[in-house]
Amino acid sequence: MAQVTTGERKSIFSLFNFIALIVLGVGVYLTYLRFTGGLASVTNLSDYNPWGIWISFDLLCGVALAAGGYVTSSAVYLFGMKQYHSAVRPAILTGFLGYALVFLAINYDVGRPWRLPYPLVVQQGTTSVLFEVGLCVATYLTVLFIEFSPAAMEWLGLKRARNIPIYFFVTSIVAGLSMVIFESTLSHRFFAYKMDETHLKEASGVTLGFGKAASYVLAGYFAIKVLGISAENHWHYLKTGYGTWYLVELLGFVALPSLLYAFGVRTKSLTLIKFTSVLAILGVILNRFNISLVAFNWQLPAGERYFPHWMEIGISVFIVMIGLLLYRFIATRMPILYEHPDYKDAH
Amino acid sequence: MSISRRKFLGWVGAAGLSTTIGKPAAAATNQEFAGYPDSFAILHDTTLCVGCRSCEAACNKVNDLPQPDQPFTDLSVLETPRRTTTKAFTVVNKHDSLKKPGHPVFYKKQCNHCLEPACASACFVRAFSKTKTGAVVYDASVCVGCRYCMIACPFEIPTYEYDQALTPRIRKCTMCHPRVIEGQLPGCVEACPMEALSFGKREDMIKIARERFRKYPDRYVDHIYGEHEMGGTSWLYVSGTPFKELGMREDLGTTPAPELTAGALSSVPIIVGLWPVLLAGIYAVSKRKEKIAQTEQEQAAASALDADRSEPSQPEEES
Repeated sequence: MAQVTTGERKSIFSLFNFIALIVLGVGVYLTYLRFTGGLASVTNLSDYNPWGIWISFDLLCGVALAAGGYVTSSAVYLFGMKQYHSAVRPAILTGFLGYALVFLAINYDVGRPWRLPYPLVVQQGTTSVLFEVGLCVATYLTVLFIEFSPAAMEWLGLKRARNIPIYFFVTSIVAGLSMVIFESTLSHRFFAYKMDETHLKEASGVTLGFGKAASYVLAGYFAIKVLGISAENHWHYLKTGYGTWYLVELLGFVALPSLLYAFGVRTKSLTLIKFTSVLAILGVILNRFNISLVAFNWQLPAGERYFPHWMEIGISVFIVMIGLLLYRFIATRMPILYEHPDYKDAH
Repeated sequence: MSISRRKFLGWVGAAGLSTTIGKPAAAATNQEFAGYPDSFAILHDTTLCVGCRSCEAACNKVNDLPQPDQPFTDLSVLETPRRTTTKAFTVVNKHDSLKKPGHPVFYKKQCNHCLEPACASACFVRAFSKTKTGAVVYDASVCVGCRYCMIACPFEIPTYEYDQALTPRIRKCTMCHPRVIEGQLPGCVEACPMEALSFGKREDMIKIARERFRKYPDRYVDHIYGEHEMGGTSWLYVSGTPFKELGMREDLGTTPAPELTAGALSSVPIIVGLWPVLLAGIYAVSKRKEKIAQTEQEQAAASALDADRSEPSQPEEES
């Protein structure tokens, strides 16, 4: 089942490979610029705008979108929802790669990346929120690596080492659920030949179940947002320009996907759920951008505000491309979308 | 010596109670800090400042900063608003007075040296510290270059060497800490020809400011900027025009920045402690359900098999 040989496999990716090559080439060049000329040579960052899209997109969105790993593994292993078992490995792989790439992006952004362990080993700034975030990212990355390791061990034929069962979780559920749906849509498009019967059979159940959960979580999120405005009586802010934009986010990218997910689940429309997952993911990205860029230093005159340099965007695209290539490399080789015949029913 | 059980329980109860109600609410980092006693402050009287830029020149000299493109004697740079940079730890800005048109007001900008600095509490490697002299100083030898201090600073003061590939530093006013501990005045204070800057103990600076309000009530707005802003700063300002007109933020409030995150951070240990317990509980419940379902299934299968063989069914006693 897993060893299907296809001649068309290469042709599907030839255009993709070509684009990937260009992106990687540009990315390597931009990396060279960054580490020889400093941040000034590739970014539009300034003293007024110390953080740009590498934080807003690569870090904040990357972390949120990689949440599928813990959402799926806790659903299956903790809450015993065995019907989603086949979704666990792809979700953990996505999460692991997502977090690894967040870490890669941070290495571009901070001034002296080799000092990143300093907060842990040299001096601990325990009053810093960033210290807490760093600790969580380091822990979760380790956990994801361990969770992912059985697939690599099976691939390498290392029987004993694969049984390291640790299942963990952190935050941000909507993105996780939606990302699993979205990722599975893409996987079915490009890697269907790698999937075993169980995976194919369970796939629509995963989409329906996760869509339902995402609808509930989004509705709950909508409620706490409205309660937040009410509790502080901030209704008058909605009349401002920023308020209108806030409403676009809240109605268009929270309320709407919640309703669409619910509608899609009721009518069993997989297409609608898949479409909604893209909307919800865009909503999470929009939210991270609004908070970290659009609303940051709102009091400054327009001339002092930040817009990313094309080379900053280039590095972000480069990092996403590395993620796609790694996913492809792993999903086409390791037992991610199918169960390894030697280890069936072992987990 | 023997202790009765009742007495022992009494002690335990009292100890438990006192930990819940006896202690002040100063948990985690939520302690109040009114500044080190006898720490220094600088009072900037904007009504005396003439915008000569002598302080900028002095700052440049004592900090060994590179020469600017235009000399410090060139006052035309005052026409456009400026901010602190890696090459200028202090800048003087000119503002038109709404009250007296034609009489511009000058305001010198630099690090305010907060009593409880946002930059220091935000730094995950403790590169900033508030010294006993009042200065907030930075240690480049541990800095990772994440620029979170710049995000955290409510006055947008710290600057970063974006053009340095491998050794970028945060740059900002040190309140001339190295000079002060040697008994010298800060460079800018020493250079000011108008005595618009006064250096001394913070309490004394506040007293001087109040004294000026009392003597010349028409000349001043009755507010010392920095006395309470963001929990208080070691730079204090008095002015004849509302501070907002000088481009100073009046919406910052009086809560020290570290307090804004202390609440959220203090809940982390609770979550770390309780979360695994909760999750392990859920895991145990779902495992147990699974096991019961499996046993029931086996039993059902066994009894169906027994019925099939149409033998007298034996009641199973083991389970």
